Amino acid sequence: MRELKILAVVVFFSLLTYYLVEPFAHHEMHKKVDAEGNEIVINHRDFVYDGKADVEEAERAGNKELATKKKAFWSDVKTIAGLKGNATAGEAGFAMCMGCHMDGAANMGGVIPPSLEHAGAIYDKNYLIALIKDPAMAGNVDHKYADTMTHPMGSVSSMFADNQSIADVVAYLQEKKAGEVTPKEAFNEACVRCHAMRYDKVTQLGDTPKFKHEKDALAHKIKVIDEQDAVKKYMGKLPPDLSMIIRARGEHFMETFIENPQGQLAGTSMPRVGLNAEGYEKVKAYLTAIGDPSKVKREALGPWVIGFFVIFTILAFLWKKEKWRGHH
Amino acid sequence: MAHFDENAKPFGNKWLDERLGVNTLMKVLNTEYWIPKNINFLWAMGMVLAATFGILVISGIFLMMYYKPDTNLAFDSVNYTIMTEVGYGWLWRHIHGVGASLVFLIIYIHMFTGIYYSSYKQGRELIWLSGMGLFVAFSAEAFSGYMLPWGQMSYWAGMVITELFAGGSLEATGLVEWIRGDYVPGDAYLTRFFMLHVLLIPLVIIGLIVLHFGTLRLPHVNNQDGENFDYDEAAKLYKEGKVKESKVIPFSPVFLSKDVFVMGVYFILFFYLVFYHFNFAMDPVNFDPANGLSTPAHIYPEWYFLWSYEILRPFSKDFGLIAFGIAQAALFFLPFIDRSPNVAPAHKRGLFQIWFWALIVIMIALTALGKLPPTDPLYATLGFIFAVAFLFMGPLLFVITKFEKPLKKGA
Repeated sequence: MRELKILAVVVFFSLLTYYLVEPFAHHEMHKKVDAEGNEIVINHRDFVYDGKADVEEAERAGNKELATKKKAFWSDVKTIAGLKGNATAGEAGFAMCMGCHMDGAANMGGVIPPSLEHAGAIYDKNYLIALIKDPAMAGNVDHKYADTMTHPMGSVSSMFADNQSIADVVAYLQEKKAGEVTPKEAFNEACVRCHAMRYDKVTQLGDTPKFKHEKDALAHKIKVIDEQDAVKKYMGKLPPDLSMIIRARGEHFMETFIENPQGQLAGTSMPRVGLNAEGYEKVKAYLTAIGDPSKVKREALGPWVIGFFVIFTILAFLWKKEKWRGHH
Repeated sequence: MAHFDENAKPFGNKWLDERLGVNTLMKVLNTEYWIPKNINFLWAMGMVLAATFGILVISGIFLMMYYKPDTNLAFDSVNYTIMTEVGYGWLWRHIHGVGASLVFLIIYIHMFTGIYYSSYKQGRELIWLSGMGLFVAFSAEAFSGYMLPWGQMSYWAGMVITELFAGGSLEATGLVEWIRGDYVPGDAYLTRFFMLHVLLIPLVIIGLIVLHFGTLRLPHVNNQDGENFDYDEAAKLYKEGKVKESKVIPFSPVFLSKDVFVMGVYFILFFYLVFYHFNFAMDPVNFDPANGLSTPAHIYPEWYFLWSYEILRPFSKDFGLIAFGIAQAALFFLPFIDRSPNVAPAHKRGLFQIWFWALIVIMIALTALGKLPPTDPLYATLGFIFAVAFLFMGPLLFVITKFEKPLKKGA
């Protein structure tokens, strides 16, 4: 039938245009290439941390020495991960952590040390080991501390000098600090020291309390600005508010960026966060609840509206058939 | 004074007819507005456009109740107030965003239909010209609307497009500042584009739609074969009940029944996109708030402007602007460039058919290249080739139609 042929032509050219300006153009725009012009494919690694990406990056940059260093570092991490940790022994080690990671902690050298209440639940085991061994290497931000700065958590390496003590404290975290965590708690522990969430009235200081008097509200605001200034000084710029980030970045970008910020945004001062799959799901749930709260309603309403128009179209077709009867 | 029946029931048909001429109006606009029978679903695109415009107006009214045209508030009024706090605000916004994109898809289909069936000449020039006027008005409407969420792409697209008014080497920065109301897009800029988007341009669009409908009346709607027949005779046949023999149908209800069916199919697609596939129309980059200190890695317009953007891009600054200007104006002159005496579908017009499909390929290629990064030498070269090809399409049309043989009547 002629009309269907015409429709096929229209649909073909529309879809072709769509393919070219959306999937194809976005792939071309955001693809990364190495010095030889070969495309670098950034794979999602299921939130497992083995340092492969870090080593590849160093190799690609032609820095053999660094690549060897990173390889050795992550192979040590693997060794420690193979040790049997003793949670009871790790408790004493954890007490040292609490010296900084306590409730109501103040900014220490850049950020407020985050709560470790659910560290065993939301962070990957290898990452935790790496972090205690060398925070800068674990975060893949060692380039920031190569010359003048020391990592604010740098002193941790002197607290856990031998491999067994690291294995013990990680075992403790995984046994005792792995309770059920809400999406917002996951965000607070993993992200809030740098990123605000203004659509949920969350700042770098956490939830904004309700104040009776404007004076108190302003005093709190000044505290927030001071904290933001400290973070800004440490990070180079104020990390973005994440209220709308779930709509502003695609799924693949979010996953791979959180696994290794350097891969997507070379040179960024953001360290790797070390979330495991569960931790990421929790953080994502919170980002979605704030940045895209209509998602649930949208998906619930969609079939009804589309169903309505399917019925509408069937009725319209019958009406058309009736009106055109005898015309041909 | 006319005669009024004193016994007519108030607000009854007779009463209204004597005062308002409702029966005449009904005939003129509906039951005796004759449309050719020999048409396909592409003839429904006009009504699909009217319906989409209606949806844009309605959704726009709802959005305007909560939108704040202020650089400090705009982003949050859209992304927080409308998307989070207002009941179904998200639905209106998605409808408005997707509708703004789809209206251009249908405009392009409508335009290419007109070109394919030679529906722009021999009495139909004003239909084409008023339609092109609508295309320009819709473009301005789309651009001004894109500024309002005040995201990164709003800001930087606004910066780039207003910069065009500097006229390249003319360096008319004064004009640019006058348009922006500031050195860079700011509060004055946002407020005036809000005014343009919700008042001035919609008024122009409504006026042009009325004109567009008016221009259709005397030359009549074209048909699938470009056949010119006696409408009075055909209408007479139809009214006598010989609907099978007659070449026309009344706008209402016969033509309209088909339009409504096509609209139904269109709305299934429309709402599928609104609920499940909206990113193509609501660029994720624009969910980052405007920041004058951080340029996005890639600045590109919405898909429907890409072909003209790509005509601007591959040339030197001044020649690019000239080429861009020519490209914008060229389509207006189509009825006068086409010298052929034939009003017929492209597949009956020899070389014109090849010209038509070449135009489609060039426009799609330019659209794709307008978004692909020009830093890639392959894309830059292709962009240059297709932009030049587009500029040659006008003179080429003039030549091939000049030598086009008149078709025999009834062929």
